[in-house]
Amino acid sequence: MNFEYTEEQTLLRNTLSRYFADAYDFEARRKMTGSDAGRDPAVWTALAEELGILGAAFSEEQGGLGGGALENMLIMEEFGKALAVEPYLSTVVVAGGFLKRSKSPAAEGMIEKIISGEAIVAFAYAEPTGRYDLSAVKTEAKASGSGYTISGQKSVVAGAPWATHFVVTAKTATGVAAFLVEAGADGISMRSYPTVDGGMAAEVQFDGVSVGADARLTAEDGLADIELVVDEATVAACAEAVGCLHQLHAQTMQYAKERKQFGRAIADFQVLQHRMVDMFMEVEQAVSMTLMATLKLGEDAKARAAAVSLAKAKVGRACKFVGENAIQIHGGMGMTDELAVGHYFKRATILEGLFGSIDHHLARYEKLSF
Amino acid sequence: MNLDFTPEQIAFREEVRAFIAENYPEDLKSKMADSEELGKEDYLAWHRILAKKGWVAPGWPKEYGGPGWSTVERYIFAEECAKADTMMILPFGINMVGPVIYTFGTPEQKARFLPRILSGEDWWCQGYSEPGAGSDLASLRTKAERQGDHYIVNGQKTWTTLAQHADWGFFLVRTDPDAKMQEGISFLLIDMKSPGITVRPIITLGGEHEVNEVFLDNVKVPVENRIFHENKGWTCAKFLLAHERTGIAGVARSKRGIEKLKQIAKTEQANDRPLIEDPFFRRKIAELEMDLTALEYTELRVLANEQAGKGPGPESSLLKIKGTEVQQRITELVLEAVGHYGAPYFRGFPEDGDNIYPIGPDYAHQAAPRYFNMRKTSIYGGSNEIQRNIIAKMVLGL
Repeated sequence: MNFEYTEEQTLLRNTLSRYFADAYDFEARRKMTGSDAGRDPAVWTALAEELGILGAAFSEEQGGLGGGALENMLIMEEFGKALAVEPYLSTVVVAGGFLKRSKSPAAEGMIEKIISGEAIVAFAYAEPTGRYDLSAVKTEAKASGSGYTISGQKSVVAGAPWATHFVVTAKTATGVAAFLVEAGADGISMRSYPTVDGGMAAEVQFDGVSVGADARLTAEDGLADIELVVDEATVAACAEAVGCLHQLHAQTMQYAKERKQFGRAIADFQVLQHRMVDMFMEVEQAVSMTLMATLKLGEDAKARAAAVSLAKAKVGRACKFVGENAIQIHGGMGMTDELAVGHYFKRATILEGLFGSIDHHLARYEKLSF
Repeated sequence: MNLDFTPEQIAFREEVRAFIAENYPEDLKSKMADSEELGKEDYLAWHRILAKKGWVAPGWPKEYGGPGWSTVERYIFAEECAKADTMMILPFGINMVGPVIYTFGTPEQKARFLPRILSGEDWWCQGYSEPGAGSDLASLRTKAERQGDHYIVNGQKTWTTLAQHADWGFFLVRTDPDAKMQEGISFLLIDMKSPGITVRPIITLGGEHEVNEVFLDNVKVPVENRIFHENKGWTCAKFLLAHERTGIAGVARSKRGIEKLKQIAKTEQANDRPLIEDPFFRRKIAELEMDLTALEYTELRVLANEQAGKGPGPESSLLKIKGTEVQQRITELVLEAVGHYGAPYFRGFPEDGDNIYPIGPDYAHQAAPRYFNMRKTSIYGGSNEIQRNIIAKMVLGL
């Protein structure tokens, strides 16, 4: 048992943290997310080329730096701290997660494109009626010729307007599988929109989209692989939340020390001190749970899923508690759009539900461990 | 970073497990299973066996008689003890005054007291709280006046756990009445057989005699029994409180407690189905497991820091708060699980009476007393509100 980061891991964290501090402060972010594109493509290029972090979680044989889940955790935490909207989660954690395990000949070239920053992938898994159940998929992939024809509607596909590719989940003859599809393929139509947390997403319609056999990244009956990758993504979302939570807590303490009422800093009031201590304890426990789940990603499917669901539920609770109290302690100022705290709260709120709500994950845990 | 145990650690776990299986006293097992009231000898039996093996003080440095275990080995040892439901080792000597003595004591004090703490020859109690000094511990008024090579101690202590069995007590006393609050307090070791000491029982909510009032009336204490400098006892007190807090999380015992709770919930029936299938009850257990897991990994992070040379700091207040909350919730849910049979009160029943007309399941007998008793955990060792003050001040700088 060992809780030490390697030198490389610490370096990775520091490099990314410095980059965001320089290039991604709150005002810069506001400009980028407020533009029509909803982002500045130069950031992604910098992550790929200047920092070279997009390969951190791939093996050296795949052209990466030999890291894995821990590297994803560190990176996502920094994304959370900076409130970065760039699609690392869907591109590296999700698409990368499928690709690094895929036997499809298309996978290798695609990993290269991800590491170089050339490809951005959005994860089209949610559907209007499926909620958080990964097997409740109505989108179909019908065998046709040597490949498949994909049809169906996917909901709130984060990063879709920026994507060069989609990973789409679809029903096959024997189960659910994940497919890699080019965003510009015939038969794909999108309705794009901004999301409440500063990102971009789209409703994506697949209407008889033809793909080759090598587009299939999992077995035809690939639910187990999908669950594994989504568990990894769920932990990455927890790590992003941890970054947000640290900021929410720190900004709240800062504000409480500066804001004066009744002739003294409101941080002097015990009722607020204890509230901020409770926030602190939630943040620390979220850190612990994220670490726990990250370190258990390699266990057998049942143990892994139980650990991830327990972590996501706890982190979800922390998002709600810390987020809501951050706004409360900021008072009226917490309600304004001009302070960063509200934007962290909004992202934390979306993360709370991402890949499953608190209730969803507690129910999943119960099913697995009772 | 990883959660793997080394082959040596796996072997160590086997060794601990085998030792407990071979050496844990049978009669203690049945006494604890029957929830009988335990006497002094019962408390000491397991202590002596561990002492002989050299395992009774897992946290002590090797030079003072500790086993020299790493934090991981201590974690494994605690887990194995909890799994086997062994008797808890009383903390007053091993976890509290022992570390104060080896950290602040003179060579003579170490030589005189430490071996007897390890062997169990001396039973220790803690003289901290007073009727007027609870959360505001530094307002304590028990005074010690210097007369030649002695102090004359007068005052009253309270909530003194198991003082009825104690040979020695460690006391916070005021040696400088003019100094303010924390200044002017000294840390004294007092022989509980000294003339002028009266111990009077306090019966608590569960019906047990666990705590006492201790009256000190012109008690003569040799100056050589003072630990550290005169008027600097608060340093020892703070050190001890931080030490007390880390162990207080009780993760391994709580894990075992949840296992037992689940077992009860599988046995109890609600609407002709096991209670554990009731979605509301089951959700409460899941949430408890979630919070215990968060506590466990937070403790591991704190221990990793400790291993890296940073002693237990104010973060241990978090472990105290969350650890005691989990302990309390387990007893709440056990009481909830046993339903009607939480009500019967068993104290003073004829020994074989239950065999004729068993009243409810055995696991129900202690459910309510245990729930009542565990309310203490968020009050003792610095109440959970005081712990929040500590975090606010020492960690958050508020």
